[in-house]
Amino acid sequence: MARRSIEPLLWSLFSAGGVVSAFFMPVLIFLFGIAFPLGLIEAPGFQSISELIKHPITRLVLMVVCIFPLFHWAHRFRFTLYDGLQIKHLNEVIAVVCYGGALFGTVLAGYLLWNIG
Amino acid sequence: MKQPVTYTLYHPKWYRRPMSTYWWTKRWRYLRFILRELSSISVAWTVILLLLLINSMGDEAMYAGYLDWLQSPWLVVLNAFALVFLLFHTVTWFNLAPRAMAVRLRGKRLPDWAVAAPNFIAWAVLSAGVVWFVLKGV
Amino acid sequence: MAETIVLEVARYRPEIEAEPAFENFEVPCRPDWVVLDALNYIKDAIDGTLSFRWSCRMGVCGSCGMMVNGEPKLTCATFLTDYLPGPIRIEPLSNFPIVRDLIIEMSDFMTKLQGVKPWIIRNEDLPVSQGEYRQSPEQLETYKQFSMCINCLLCYAACPVYGLDQHFVGPAALALAQRYNLDSRDEGEAQRLEILSEHEGIWGCTFVGECSVVCPKHVDPAGAIQQYKLKAVTEWFKSILLPRGGRD
Ligand code: SF4
Ligand code: FES
Repeated sequence: MARRSIEPLLWSLFSAGGVVSAFFMPVLIFLFGIAFPLGLIEAPGFQSISELIKHPITRLVLMVVCIFPLFHWAHRFRFTLYDGLQIKHLNEVIAVVCYGGALFGTVLAGYLLWNIG
Repeated sequence: MKQPVTYTLYHPKWYRRPMSTYWWTKRWRYLRFILRELSSISVAWTVILLLLLINSMGDEAMYAGYLDWLQSPWLVVLNAFALVFLLFHTVTWFNLAPRAMAVRLRGKRLPDWAVAAPNFIAWAVLSAGVVWFVLKGV
Repeated sequence: MAETIVLEVARYRPEIEAEPAFENFEVPCRPDWVVLDALNYIKDAIDGTLSFRWSCRMGVCGSCGMMVNGEPKLTCATFLTDYLPGPIRIEPLSNFPIVRDLIIEMSDFMTKLQGVKPWIIRNEDLPVSQGEYRQSPEQLETYKQFSMCINCLLCYAACPVYGLDQHFVGPAALALAQRYNLDSRDEGEAQRLEILSEHEGIWGCTFVGECSVVCPKHVDPAGAIQQYKLKAVTEWFKSILLPRGGRD
């Protein structure tokens, strides 16, 4: 392959993100977005959750759960904009905004996880 | 490489129908497709919630503030919508995966459900694991 | 036998109308009649100028595809009685230019089909004296599904990605490429991958899945394309990780 396209990389990030989201996202949003605020389940105390999040393995997991889904979003959203709104002529702008957003999120996630507490 | 689009080879005159911008409203399955794609917004939103959670680990007050913020009614409603879309994503993702993988066992292609089922089981187990760790800590 | 049904048939005669318009025909609605029979009735008994393609009347030639009430269908396999009380709207397949009445221009598909090299490619052809290339039933099974395609183009008519961007290679051509890739006698996978993995061809597909829903032969082109992507991704990583060995 003479000129290697970047699409395979973007697609694998998209797929990885799809898998990670499928497994982790519903339960996370259920806990933090619904169960805790409504008091269906009592939210964990600061001590316990900060210990959990500071654990190196959790940090690694959280890194994965943040990064790949962001690229999943970027990819899907990019194509939805193309197809749904027929604005393929804005191709470059959309791609930069979507993948750029995901990259920004990646850096942010790395920074936050590195500097917890 | 772009494949050329060839139409007028044999017919100098033809009529081309334009495609409506709202094509995805024309058929239920198209709409379902667009909703499936839009579930990615819920995915991004959940990441934002997670980042905010991580950010609130500075001290106890920040964490309490985060939990407080999550209690705002509009957020709960929003998150309920997000949950529905995320479930939709999970189910469609697991159901479509076997078509992309085509797992074969001794020459025979496994039926789609046999590829999807372990995913659903793993999903249940992982979700339970997440609940356990979040509630019980390490 | 007095029962009739109305067909709203799209007409486009370049010398008469500037753009397609509907014309209504009332035809007998017999229980054993398919849409194609009704169209032939119109041509024989009402208006001999109605133009449409057909040949086998039994779902094998793939030439009678049209939009029936907005869904791409083989008209020789679509019964009138399923649409009672009518009317039934008959249009040429979506996403293709119209040549006349119900006839679409399909040379774009033909070009694309050729582009994916849908034939067995060998690095070295064995002489005939060495006998045939042998294949086991299991090996046949791996690609059989994709070989059932009859080029009816219902899948293209159902595909919004193709409708939006005609550069997309499209469902049937990609499924057929995959059919030869999976054939144990074929050695052309690298050649095809080079053609298809680079441009927006396979990457344009967003797995709408409608092509597989409408396919009368259960080819599942959408599945084929995702399998193709997976393959392209594997090759891509190989070429990154094994700078020398992995690629040409
Ligand atoms: S893949 Fe199916 S729908 Fe598409 S041309 Fe072949 S037989 Fe027709
Ligand atoms: S006439 Fe041959 S498929 Fe319908």
